[in-house]
Amino acid sequence: MAKIIVVTSGKGGVGKTTSAAAIATGLALRGNKTVVIDFDVGLRNLDLIMGCERRVVYDLVNVIQGEAGLNQALIRDKRSENLHILPASQTRDKDALTLEGVETVLASLSEEFDYIICDSPAGIERGAQLALYFADEAIVVTNPEVSSVRDSDRILGLLSSKSRRAEQNRDPIKEHLLVTRYNPNRVDDGDMLNLEDICEILAINLIGLIPESEAVLRSSNQGVPVIHDDKSDAGQAYADTVSRLMGEDVPLRFQHVPKRGLLARMFGGGSRR
Amino acid sequence: MKLLDFLKGERKKSASVAKERLQIIVAHQRGHRGQPDYMPMLEQELLEVIRRYVKVEQDAINISLDSEDDCSVLELNVTLPNRE
Ligand SMILES: Nc1ncnc2c1ncn2[C@@H]1O[C@H](COP(=O)(O)OP(=O)(O)O)[C@@H](O)[C@H]1O
Ligand SMILES: [Mg+2]
Repeated sequence: MAKIIVVTSGKGGVGKTTSAAAIATGLALRGNKTVVIDFDVGLRNLDLIMGCERRVVYDLVNVIQGEAGLNQALIRDKRSENLHILPASQTRDKDALTLEGVETVLASLSEEFDYIICDSPAGIERGAQLALYFADEAIVVTNPEVSSVRDSDRILGLLSSKSRRAEQNRDPIKEHLLVTRYNPNRVDDGDMLNLEDICEILAINLIGLIPESEAVLRSSNQGVPVIHDDKSDAGQAYADTVSRLMGEDVPLRFQHVPKRGLLARMFGGGSRR
Repeated sequence: MKLLDFLKGERKKSASVAKERLQIIVAHQRGHRGQPDYMPMLEQELLEVIRRYVKVEQDAINISLDSEDDCSVLELNVTLPNRE
């Protein structure tokens, strides 16, 4: 039985796809059979972040509509044999996904994989609801910014009422907070919400803190999930997050501005990579 | 930084304004959780009716639905403006 984890947020552009790709890759690198599914019908981009866009033949909608088998649509990652990608369709028909169809696909994937990561589209409408409906756990991606925190809270409302676990009165979806694009310099200046405040407002368990990082753009340019860049701050922060997902107790990093030497302080200049 | 802050005066940091706003928003949203989907529409339409008679602000109305064992109570709170 696979564990189904949805990566969700409400707001767009906060780092869901970046996080889904990094976390799925990290789980696979740690030996878990993992599949990552793009639920963003019409706007697929997980394939780009994973660097497999030229190998997409069939997609989730083809499988649901019976035009292709699951094994024809799954793309094996070129770097990790434990990792597969199920791309989204580019169809403009938003109703192409059905609840029954998604359930069937997840049920067959469940037999083969340890983890199923669902990359949710933005919004709180049908697409986002389908992506979270069958989840066992949820990673709520939040930026230190008013609209993102508010939308995350709305998603928490959906997780606790509009999911299969809620409707069947089973144990609730386990909710994790992932704060991304965090800039400790701006937090110090008092112009960015700090981590404690976000945790206090949303009142769910923190699974990771990903700093705003130049490595993210670099890795998306190359189509290599940032967790492979193990020298980068964001890559390391995602690796920590994966460890925590697997139940390990890992101290939090990147929360504060690194202390710099006297010379660096006198002459300024960035020290972030 | 501290000295600079002092020289600039006690301007309130934007992050703490954000926090205060969010606490209010989230408390409001959570008050509405688990309520039937028609509640926002109902609230909006009630507000429109009230506004035909009294001039009230958008946030002057507050409705909630509490269910006990065998009955549900719809509570409607409207803050009316002071008489001039
Ligand atoms: N930690 C980060 N540091 C810098 N840029 C980031 C970070 N996380 C995400 N981004 C950038 O933010 C944009 C949106 O990210 P994406 O993962 O596509 O968000 P979503 O899937 O939520 O819409 C992308 O341009 C991505 O490169
Ligand atoms: Mg996305």
